[in-house]
Amino acid sequence: MNQNINRQQVERVAHLSRLDLTEKELELFSGQLAAVVEYIQKLNELKTNGVEPLAHCLPVHNVFRNDAVKPSLATEDALANAPDRTDDFFKVPRILDDSSGA
Amino acid sequence: MLQGLNAIQLRNNIRDGQITSREAVEWTLERIANLDPGIGAYLSVFADKAMDQARVVDAKIAAGKPVGPLAGMPIAIKDNMCYVEGLTTCGSKILANFKPPYNAHAVEKLLAADAVIVGKTNMDEFAMGSSTENSGLQKTVNPWDTSRVPGGSSGGSAAAMAAGMCFAALGTDTGGSIRQPASLCGIVGLKPTYGRISRYGLVAYGSSLDQIGPLTSCVEDAALLLGVLAGHDERDSTSVDERMAPVPDYLGELGKPIDELKIAIVPELIDKAEASVRDAAKAALELYKKFGATLVEVQMPHFDYSIAAYYVIATAEASSNLARYDGCHYGYRSPHAHDYIEVYSKSRAEGFGAEVKRRIMLGTFALSSGYYDAYYLKALKVRNLIRQDYTNAFAKADCLMMPVAPTTAFKLGEKTDDPLQMYLADVYTIAVNLAGVPGVSIPCGFDEKRLPIGLQIIGPAFSEDKLLRIGRMFESKTDYHKQRPTLQG
Repeated sequence: MNQNINRQQVERVAHLSRLDLTEKELELFSGQLAAVVEYIQKLNELKTNGVEPLAHCLPVHNVFRNDAVKPSLATEDALANAPDRTDDFFKVPRILDDSSGA
Repeated sequence: MLQGLNAIQLRNNIRDGQITSREAVEWTLERIANLDPGIGAYLSVFADKAMDQARVVDAKIAAGKPVGPLAGMPIAIKDNMCYVEGLTTCGSKILANFKPPYNAHAVEKLLAADAVIVGKTNMDEFAMGSSTENSGLQKTVNPWDTSRVPGGSSGGSAAAMAAGMCFAALGTDTGGSIRQPASLCGIVGLKPTYGRISRYGLVAYGSSLDQIGPLTSCVEDAALLLGVLAGHDERDSTSVDERMAPVPDYLGELGKPIDELKIAIVPELIDKAEASVRDAAKAALELYKKFGATLVEVQMPHFDYSIAAYYVIATAEASSNLARYDGCHYGYRSPHAHDYIEVYSKSRAEGFGAEVKRRIMLGTFALSSGYYDAYYLKALKVRNLIRQDYTNAFAKADCLMMPVAPTTAFKLGEKTDDPLQMYLADVYTIAVNLAGVPGVSIPCGFDEKRLPIGLQIIGPAFSEDKLLRIGRMFESKTDYHKQRPTLQG
């Protein structure tokens, strides 16, 4: 790999990350991220053929529990921090466009 | 009266009725009121609630009822652990008004042990940083020199401890965030083995790396706190089964030195630190030799790649973990959003600080289509090689010793414009998290500016009892850990 990050990719990654960045931030982060990504290329110096990827340090396996009902957050507690709500629901702006007439 | 007492001494005094928990809490609150305006360690202080908790403990003691191992002790908690009292902000504007509906497991454990929670401490936003300067809410300074950083990301907890504004504190360590501030503030900081302490109720940053641990004034106090916090919790699926790793009595044999101690060192790593740090580490090793320890030189050929691997893995995990801040369920919602996409993108843009945005983007980049194999998968393979370096070192020795940080506390603002320079401050601590092993920072000297220096002792998984005994050997013959900064309130 010799794939550094350019301004165009920073814009794409900002979009994927759902970050509405200002022009100034895009400029600043492009330079800073390019420096970090260049540093990370250091990993290429190592040959890793045949090395297993290590996602997790401990020999823990999938953990199962009994399928039993336990107390959980009350509706009011779960909604207490909501930026906006209607009755027992989180309220968000319209997601589906109804202009299609469907 | 209380100044200079460690947590165990205070606990004993309270339990024996020599002082009340109320007196200890009042003393602590007064100290916070006098000193914290100049330090900035606390984001919130729970004066009334703490006094209520103290009264309950005092009543139990007066009635001759049994009390927990932290009876009446004023403790501070890093603000990324949920506590139903007040707010849990994670040092972020996006959570500036978040009131947790439940307690973290670690908080439950403290309360069950009869501790008194005096407040929540400042931190780098979402624990991303090495100086606490990334806090979106407040500046924290080093009590030893207020023009310098306390380290990070648990900088508030370390500063509160060093300034005597609590008797023990909790922090979290993803790449050095307990050990490095402990080193820069002249206290003890323990990062336990991955999975030793449940993270239920801890705001996630890098889930394969994050671990909760204590910051204390001495090794004995760290052993006390770890004993309270360690153990299985089914609410955290990475919490380790105690049949595989039983929780020992950390205090039990703490005072017993390790016979024929073998210490692994990587000489060229020690030489990389600035002169004062290098010399203090070497002097500490000489002292261990006087105790009869043998130094074993080992190679860690992949150590040098740990920062690069970490900043791929940690940011990849962060980009996923922080996707939950969507402006819908809790946290900040931008008033400028017109549609649902803007609820996400504007709330996140306005709520997160620069370093959090950089890491989310870096992680998203490393995981994105076309780059996944080159960055993320590669970093996971290198992680395996780094862990192998530790396994090889521990095959030859009981522990590994090296500095905690390459320098003593640096100036506020010195590294804030250059993220990569800030990342390099974690050079000695980061690999421990990648390997999942425990590490402790203990005070081992001062530089010419009288800034504290820490020694890092690292061991195999679940060797905390041994690490603490090794640390205690040093502490019993030195008084670095007893020194505290001169403060004006």
